[in-house]
Amino acid sequence: MILARILPDLGKYATEVGLAYGVSLGLLALLIGQSLWKGRKIKQRLQQEEKARKGE
Amino acid sequence: MSLWEYANPRRFMATSSWLLPPLVVLSALLIATGLVWGFFFTPDDFRQGSTVKIIYLHVPAALMAINAWLMMLVCSLIWIIRRHHVSALAARAAAPIGMVMTLIALFTGAIWGKPMWGTYWEWDPRLTSFLILFLFYIGYMALWEAIENPDAAADLTSVLCIVGSVFALLSRYAVLFWNQGLHQGATFSLDKEQNISNVFWYPAVISMAGFVCLFVTLVLYRTRMEIRRRRLHALDARSMAA
Repeated sequence: MILARILPDLGKYATEVGLAYGVSLGLLALLIGQSLWKGRKIKQRLQQEEKARKGE
Repeated sequence: MSLWEYANPRRFMATSSWLLPPLVVLSALLIATGLVWGFFFTPDDFRQGSTVKIIYLHVPAALMAINAWLMMLVCSLIWIIRRHHVSALAARAAAPIGMVMTLIALFTGAIWGKPMWGTYWEWDPRLTSFLILFLFYIGYMALWEAIENPDAAADLTSVLCIVGSVFALLSRYAVLFWNQGLHQGATFSLDKEQNISNVFWYPAVISMAGFVCLFVTLVLYRTRMEIRRRRLHALDARSMAA
C-alpha cells in the first residue's frame, strides 16, 4: 500500500522499468558484496600468514 | 612529486586508505540522488513513456563499460612499458567492474529495446560490439585466473586488453561511421539543439558522475585486494622454496 503510493505511475511499461532497475541494482549490490567479501577474506589470510611468520 | 610514486605498493595503500571513505560517501550520494531524481521526479517522455527512466542506468553503465576497458588499456601499456606491478593489478581489479557495467548496459538496453524497437536484440554494430566487449571481459578475467605466474598473466592479459580495445572503441563510435544499425547516436550532446531536455539531462549527469565515483572507489578497493593477494602469493612461494 505504502509502496504503491510512493511509486510513480509507470503506465504500461511498469514491468520493463521495474525489471531494469531491479536487475541493475541487484547486479551492483552483488559486485559490491563480492568485492567486500573477497577483500576481507584476503586481508585476513595475509594477516594470519604474517602473524605466523613473526612467530617463527 | 611524480605520479610514478604511486607505483610503489606501500605508497598506493597509504594514499588509497584515506581516499576511500570520502569516495564511498560521494558515490552513494551521487547515485542515490541521480536515480531517485530520475525515477521519482522526472516526467515520462512523449514517445518513450516511462521507459525513458531506464537511461539513468543504461547510459552511465555503458559509459563505464567502455571507459573501464580504456583504463585497463592504459594500465596494461604502463605494465608492458614500465613493468609497474600496481598498474597490472589495477587493470585486473577493474575487469569485473567493467564486466558488470557491460552486462547492465546490455540488459537495460534489451529491456528498453523490446517496447521501443520491437525486439530485445538486433545484430546492430553497437550492440554486437558491446556483446563482444562483454566476452572480452570474461576472457580477460579467465586468463588472469588460468595462469599461475602473476608476471606471465599480466603480460598475456595486457596483450588481450590491447586487442579488445578495438571493440571498446568500436562500441563507442560504431554508430557514427556504421550507418545501418537501430541504435541512435549520442543521447547527450554539448549542442543544445541536439541534447535531451534539461529535465532528463540533470539527473542523468548526476547518475553518470555517481557511476564514475563508484568505479573509482571499487577499483581502488579491489587494487588494494590484488596487492594483498600478490603479497600472499609471494609469501606462499617463499614457504614452498624454504
